[in-house]
Amino acid sequence: MNLKPETLSRIDEVITHYPVKRSATLPLLHLIQEDVGYIPEDAITWIAAKLELEPINVYEVVTFYPMFRRQPIGRRHIKVCRTLSCALLGGYKTCETFEKEFNTHRGEISPDGEVTVDFVECLASCGTAPVVLIDDELHEKVDCAKAQEIAAKIKAEAAGRR
Amino acid sequence: MPAPEQRRIIFQHIDEPGYSNDLACYQQHGGYAVLKQAVTRQPQELIDEVKKSGLRGRGGAGFPCGVKWGLVDRKSGKPIYLIVNADESEPGTFKDRYIIHQDPHQLIEGTMISCFANNVKQAYIYIRGEFPHGARILETALAEARAAGFVGQNICGTNYSCDIFVHRGAGAYICGEETGLIESLEGKRANPRIKPPYFPAVLGLYQCPTIVNNVETLCHVKYIAQHGGEAFAKIGTPNNTGTRIFCVSGHVQRPGYYEFPAGTITLGQLLNEVCGGPLPGRTFKAVIPGGSSAKILRFGERFKGKRKVGADMVDYDWGVEDVPMDFDSLGMIGTMGGSGGVIVMDDSVNMVEALANINAFYSHESCGQCTPCREGSLWMKKITTRMVHGQARPEDAALLKSVADQIPGRTICAFGEACSWPTQSFLAKFGDEFKMYPEAKHKPRQEALPLV
Repeated sequence: MNLKPETLSRIDEVITHYPVKRSATLPLLHLIQEDVGYIPEDAITWIAAKLELEPINVYEVVTFYPMFRRQPIGRRHIKVCRTLSCALLGGYKTCETFEKEFNTHRGEISPDGEVTVDFVECLASCGTAPVVLIDDELHEKVDCAKAQEIAAKIKAEAAGRR
Repeated sequence: MPAPEQRRIIFQHIDEPGYSNDLACYQQHGGYAVLKQAVTRQPQELIDEVKKSGLRGRGGAGFPCGVKWGLVDRKSGKPIYLIVNADESEPGTFKDRYIIHQDPHQLIEGTMISCFANNVKQAYIYIRGEFPHGARILETALAEARAAGFVGQNICGTNYSCDIFVHRGAGAYICGEETGLIESLEGKRANPRIKPPYFPAVLGLYQCPTIVNNVETLCHVKYIAQHGGEAFAKIGTPNNTGTRIFCVSGHVQRPGYYEFPAGTITLGQLLNEVCGGPLPGRTFKAVIPGGSSAKILRFGERFKGKRKVGADMVDYDWGVEDVPMDFDSLGMIGTMGGSGGVIVMDDSVNMVEALANINAFYSHESCGQCTPCREGSLWMKKITTRMVHGQARPEDAALLKSVADQIPGRTICAFGEACSWPTQSFLAKFGDEFKMYPEAKHKPRQEALPLV
């Protein structure tokens, strides 16, 4: 695990926010996941050593919180809200549209490596349902047509890189 | 009767053209003047104002804020912590999102006033993981406020110092429960603690006295510090003071957020006038009035009883549309005001499918430490999902009820209640639909969207 110098300095800074080092477990996991893309095995022992914990203390946190992942994902993470308010306005169809556009299934990396489509629970933007969080960007009122537009944009960007 | 006018206190600047989330804009609109004035007062005075205001927590339980502050153990000699609960995750609720993204300094000012009033040593804003952008906005705003002397060392030139840090969650709904949140902030799984003895006011973060308040609640504190508790108590109705933000979603013409003096608007006015009524060609079928765990109401049902108005007991006979949207009225008819998230369903929705969606949520989010909740939420999900996608049997309704009835009261935290109320209330209100579902599911319904 090779962390960027910037990640390392942010890690050292964030530990100072807490009187008890263990509190920095979630912030460190976030920083490492942002840097590496997922939580590799050696990150768990590394964090444990850094915060003077046993690896199990970190491991149990990684497995509890839905946002931490143990495997790499596609270049972009498309998270479609599954919960009631979004579902009432077509959230399931939105998710299916993304799956179809990228020829993939929920929870898998698309064959071109561009995206991972996931269903997630409430994103707290129920008034603009259905909503989709793509990496850090929230997209509102994403019906099938808008999902296709977004997919086309992602594909065009991918083509531009090749 | 026409709906009252909105009164925007907390959402005064939300969606205002030209209003930005930086310190300069906030100060142009009078920002931090209240904090500057508050730090010249006695902390106890500020606590008394909050008590006088009657402010009730806006996170879901509606617990009086002044009472919560009054319970804090100030004699132990341990440091006092304050945690801003910005883990907004009750389905149907989306008010805090706009405060954090568009008016973060309002939250910071309210938080600092509350910290000063309670002699807090250190504050944390626990923001849900799904608000990455919101977390960055808060960090930028905190850096600005720190540089200007409103947060950190020697606030506004006084001897009082208190810093605020942002702490990001990672997608677990249970972190909205205050003791689960504290565990999470300590770097552990968010398994809620048992009360007694672990009341946050006594044994909270790091076993120190801790105050956990919702984002909206702390913004109200700023208003109370500015205008006084009595002025606040004049807004709304007795025991339901101040304004309330309603988040309306689902099948209405104009979903969104609306702020009204508490208790002055009925559910019917909110949905029919403010939100424009049902979608074209549809009629309202059901509404969940306070976040997805609140018990569902069926349009057409009536509620009768006696209620207190002033000193008198008065008979009431309400349809769903007549119910005033306040904590007490909604409590009287067997549901709750909760977090203010109103989810509306019209006649295109099948209730078995809607419940299957809700059950999938609670099953996913149970922390798993208490068996009745972990297993019960899972089985309620399995049964309702099977009814939709596999074989549905007439006896499933009774089976579901027996599972749901065995959860509440047998768990460490209120999640046990929260996950069983939807099943219990859907069955009580729409039992016929569950019994008929084995036949009804085979009849084609073109307009229905998949819900699970």
